[in-house]
Amino acid sequence: MNDIRWRSSASNEMFLERALLLKNIRAFFDARGVVEVETPVLSHHATTDPHLDSLSSRFRDETCYLNTSPEYAMKRLLAGWQQAIYQICKAFRDDELGPNHNPEFSMLEWYRPGYSMEQLMVELAELVEAICQGSKFALLKFSASKKPMFERLSYQQAFENFAGFNPHQASSAQCYQIAIEKNVEIPQGLTVDDALDDWLDWLLTQLVLPSFEKDEFTFMYDYPASQCALAKVSENKQQVLVAKRFELFFGDIELANGFHELTDADEQLQRFQLENTMRKQAGKKYSAIDEHLIAALNSGLPECSGVAVGLDRLLMVLTANTCIDKVLSFPWNKA
Amino acid sequence: MATYSTNQFKNGLKIILDNDPCSITENIVVKPGKGQAFNRVKMKNLKTGRVLERTFKSTESVEAADVDEMNVEYLYTDGEYWHFMDPTSFEQYAADEIAVGDTAKWIKGQEVCVMVLWNGAPISITPPNFVELAVAQTDPGLKGDTAQGATKPATLETGSEVKVPLFVDEGDILKIDTRTGEYVSRA
Repeated sequence: MNDIRWRSSASNEMFLERALLLKNIRAFFDARGVVEVETPVLSHHATTDPHLDSLSSRFRDETCYLNTSPEYAMKRLLAGWQQAIYQICKAFRDDELGPNHNPEFSMLEWYRPGYSMEQLMVELAELVEAICQGSKFALLKFSASKKPMFERLSYQQAFENFAGFNPHQASSAQCYQIAIEKNVEIPQGLTVDDALDDWLDWLLTQLVLPSFEKDEFTFMYDYPASQCALAKVSENKQQVLVAKRFELFFGDIELANGFHELTDADEQLQRFQLENTMRKQAGKKYSAIDEHLIAALNSGLPECSGVAVGLDRLLMVLTANTCIDKVLSFPWNKA
Repeated sequence: MATYSTNQFKNGLKIILDNDPCSITENIVVKPGKGQAFNRVKMKNLKTGRVLERTFKSTESVEAADVDEMNVEYLYTDGEYWHFMDPTSFEQYAADEIAVGDTAKWIKGQEVCVMVLWNGAPISITPPNFVELAVAQTDPGLKGDTAQGATKPATLETGSEVKVPLFVDEGDILKIDTRTGEYVSRA
């Protein structure tokens, strides 16, 4: 009789704040001539990313997949059109559930032909600033008088400052030693035989991210080349190969991931094949490679940068919530 | 040997950790952006009741624990073992001192307890939340001592000691909350 589980546990102000967020994003891009597009949520292809798993569905006799991000489809649009585009959509990821994760989440993704990684970081900061100032119910600390601050650190600087070593010259064994010295818990299943990137990911969560300014935004950029995903790789000032990839954090929570996009079809194909090898090693299923994306890159993707922003997490930041469930109408346990 | 991968983790799943059976109470994905995921897991050691936290690299496999939970009726103790019976199958189980633990302080016979079995052997016995036990010994309350909340010690028929109000006499039947070990009322 008193069962109220059907109700949303989010407040009405939260729905208004989300509506305002979407409105402000559209106004921001509209004013800059960036065109809103829609691409399919349901695809014939699953992601090859070894650290992601697609949710699957079924159409007639075929297993199909919910997108983990609209990246491939948007790049196919770009290759045929050369137009700055953005999309607000749902993305889906299997096995992601926790205070910062819901299996279904809202994503903003946009692409800027001709932009470098640095230019796109500037535009992302401008968008976040516009959102903070246009938000009605957000924290007072982002009022018109106090603009949000953006720290900028390379991946190397962040590790040197907060973990005490250069990630580009480290080994898994050294990371293990550092974990012991700094009294960092070592997860069951993580050994010195694991890839350096697994260790860097772990030390990132344990030593680096907790040291970021609590109530400020931090850009981290120039990732190790082995973590390039779909980004271009080039030499930095110290002649070290780095991925032209960046992430935006608020405190220790990741909000966005961007690339100076890889345009080379052959290299993209090799990376997909390598990812499938990594999936196999991790005991995961092989994912058929999206030949449409490879063909689009072959026909010519313009030089561009692109970034994806987690809108639910941005809403968490704006409303000072530490659990994603609080900003969703119906989180997974109520969906 | 049955195993579970981290993507099968959910609340209530029984796994072996450090050679002891544990029940998962919380499972959170920790993920730095696009990279390797880790699972931060809280679990209860089913032998000791202690809560522990452990992180696993995602896709890591752990051994499954063959654990059952059932309601059983307490029969008697022979001094070394405490004997319980499954009231549906009439099958009897003998639990040792380690498995019974503090529960021995609250049961005298016929109470329905929750028994956890690991590989078929009892590893823990949980008493009912409330039990009714007679007072075996307590000093008489002093006449005229009406101080609010004043208590005195009383020894129950099972040998355990509880603090009781001054008006309680020997032979009284008391209701006890076994979770706190506190007097609730006269039954």
